[in-house]
Amino acid sequence: MRRLCLLALSVCACSLISFIMPCPPAAGEDEAVGRSMAHQATKSVRNWSTSDHSKHKALHQAFESGAQVTSACLSCHSEAFDQFKETIHWKWLAPQDGSGKKYGKAGDSVNNFCISSNYLNDKKCLSCHPGWEGKKDTVNCLSCHGQQDYNFTEGFEDYAAFSRSKDQEELEIAADIQKDIQNAVQRVARPGRKNCGKCHFYGGGGDGVKHGDLDSSLTAPNKSLDVHMGVDSQDFACTRCHTTVNHHVAGRIYTIPAATDRKSLIDNDLTSKITCESCHTATPHKAGQKPNDHTDKVACQSCHIPTFARVNPTKMYWDWSQAGKLKDGKPYDVIGPLGKETYMTIKGEMVWEKNVKPQYAWFNGSIKTLTTKDIIDPSQPVPVGRQMGDIHDPNARIFPFKIHRGKQPYDKVRNTILAPLLSGDDGFWNTLDWNSALKKGMAHMDQPFSGEFGFIESTYVYPITHMVAPGENVVKCVECHTGKNGRLANLSGFYMPGRDRFKPVDIPGWALVIGSLLGVLLHGAGRLISNSSKKEEETIDEP
Amino acid sequence: MNPKTTKIYLYTRYERFWHWLQMALIVLLLATGLEIHGLYSLFGFEPSVEIHNFTGIGWLMAFAVFVFWLFTTGEWRQYIPTTRKMLEVIKYYAHGIFLGQPHPYPKRKLAKHNPLQRLTYLSLAAFLLPVQMATGILYWTYNSWTSRGFDFLSLQVIAAIHMAGAFALISFLIIHVYMTTTGHSLFAHIKSMITGWEEIDEGVKIEDWERARGKPTQPSGT
Ligand code: HEM
Repeated sequence: MRRLCLLALSVCACSLISFIMPCPPAAGEDEAVGRSMAHQATKSVRNWSTSDHSKHKALHQAFESGAQVTSACLSCHSEAFDQFKETIHWKWLAPQDGSGKKYGKAGDSVNNFCISSNYLNDKKCLSCHPGWEGKKDTVNCLSCHGQQDYNFTEGFEDYAAFSRSKDQEELEIAADIQKDIQNAVQRVARPGRKNCGKCHFYGGGGDGVKHGDLDSSLTAPNKSLDVHMGVDSQDFACTRCHTTVNHHVAGRIYTIPAATDRKSLIDNDLTSKITCESCHTATPHKAGQKPNDHTDKVACQSCHIPTFARVNPTKMYWDWSQAGKLKDGKPYDVIGPLGKETYMTIKGEMVWEKNVKPQYAWFNGSIKTLTTKDIIDPSQPVPVGRQMGDIHDPNARIFPFKIHRGKQPYDKVRNTILAPLLSGDDGFWNTLDWNSALKKGMAHMDQPFSGEFGFIESTYVYPITHMVAPGENVVKCVECHTGKNGRLANLSGFYMPGRDRFKPVDIPGWALVIGSLLGVLLHGAGRLISNSSKKEEETIDEP
Repeated sequence: MNPKTTKIYLYTRYERFWHWLQMALIVLLLATGLEIHGLYSLFGFEPSVEIHNFTGIGWLMAFAVFVFWLFTTGEWRQYIPTTRKMLEVIKYYAHGIFLGQPHPYPKRKLAKHNPLQRLTYLSLAAFLLPVQMATGILYWTYNSWTSRGFDFLSLQVIAAIHMAGAFALISFLIIHVYMTTTGHSLFAHIKSMITGWEEIDEGVKIEDWERARGKPTQPSGT
């Protein structure tokens, strides 16, 4: 009878416990839920195209200019340019907010790399603009869709020169050039890693300058650099996650987050795949595992990207105030230990790093970038680009960042950031004259410059989201849950086991423990002493 | 001079099993808990968390069985607090023990615990341990506070109470282990918790009030 009761009670206890326990979703076999989900969502790519561009008549004409190529594309893809014209890739402007400031590279926004495009008057910037020959009139579809490296500017020039010739041989050369042009034009496809990388790996004027998690090492990465893009792994192109609607590529645009909700493909099959959760769900780990409890406050990237710039170095510091020094009357460069310039006369002093541990901050997906129209406080480092969100923001999670520090010119009278003109005959890189470069740059933007400038310290953040490492390399629990220089040491306002101690409990707590120890030691010693003296008494008494 | 002693069967098999199981669980919980607190690295943080949570839940279930045992057997009466003879017991440990005086409250089958023990074990079983369990469960279910309407709680406070409980338990353990050495010999009490048999002085009378109440009166000294 008693045994029966005991049995019944244990059953009750168990069911009580299982009621209290948070219910995790059932996991498939031994694999983490998020992994099965993602595998399910990304079946291997098949050649599903119904079209072979090398057979299209429109692409077999003699092309004399980029504009002709574009019209050939548009003769079938009738809506493509109208769509593309509206995108940030074309406009380089983010949606405006009516404040009179134009947000975007082509507007008033600045950074602490090459600072500004001076309303696209700095021609060097246009090397990344998807128009023909650095011009802004018509789109170059091949910037993103061309699969062959071909210098069209040269090709068209040479073709023009040879095709006008009377010489038979030169006409034959012209025909060969035209064949090359057509071959390049016919080799089109959805954008590959190289297409995107041509600009995004080289932002800031060189490989790995800007992002830290985007550089040429991602053109053909291995799995240990990026589990998704690894050629020996899933071999994803950028567009596998940066999905596209009407030529709008999913991703953050300045203050507009890459995704505003946390939906996965099982919530909505047409959702963008831009977040980790799109494919992996919000509880990707095996049922009941602690990391699943972190996903509400800690972004996946925080643990799964232990360091960035793991193959190529990235620029961490750029001091423009040191630019302009000459050696023997000539500009010069200094190459540092990582094989990158640590000094350039035209750019100043810089620091490069590899295998960089990110900095962590609350982030709701929005980044506020200063403009030349914002008033700054020069007494402290100016956050030229800073992440939005804090611990109280329900949409914010702890996210990893690269913080690029630097010194850049500002207007000492107006307390605004200045946008120097860098390239071209009048640009700083040619004249090494700040005053004139700043005047020219601000004049291009129709904005005032007092003529007095100095240099302010500034910071600019990049969210770290690429270079996702294999599971075995993830950040260990104890790298954050520690009181000694943990990764999250600078985040406050919440209690974290292992990192935090509540002194009003800990100090009396230890006092109690030590007190108890001393107490029993003393008591024990007392017993020992009184015992031995008693024995002595007994030996005296006995005989 | 020494009075004659006799042996009584004091602790049943389940009691002894429970005592040592609970000791092992609490020691493991302390060892892993203090590692989680960042004091040292023994198992590693992640394994500590896993062991701690698993052991914690295991302990809760085992404790439920213990509570059931307490009430079905009536043994809970052993924990009813009393102040009678409390002073004598305190005086004994503060003074008499050094003079070799006999314990003012010898153990008996129907009165296993002296008034000081009764109070200590009662506050342990009825207060400290439940508080530790409750805060542990809350700590463990931190992520579902919002969905369960526990949003008013603060992790800092829950963790602080859980820590305070841990300190109290360490202190208890130190004193408790030390007290086991105060029997007839250094290891007498520990031995009895293993074998169940406790050695006591012969012919000591227990007063009625000392007995766990509600038990049929039996001739003393059996
Ligand atoms: C003898 C009983 C116990 C002791 C001495 C103990 C001790 C501790 C200590 C010292 C910590 C570190 C607290 C901090 O640094 O904030 C801790 C954490 C924790 N305890 Fe306990 N604990 C006990 C029982 C339990 C029980 C029954 C549970 C329920 C499952 C539990 C769940 C937790 C949880 C969830 C944590 C936070 C770390 C983690 O997720 O594992 N504890 N415990």
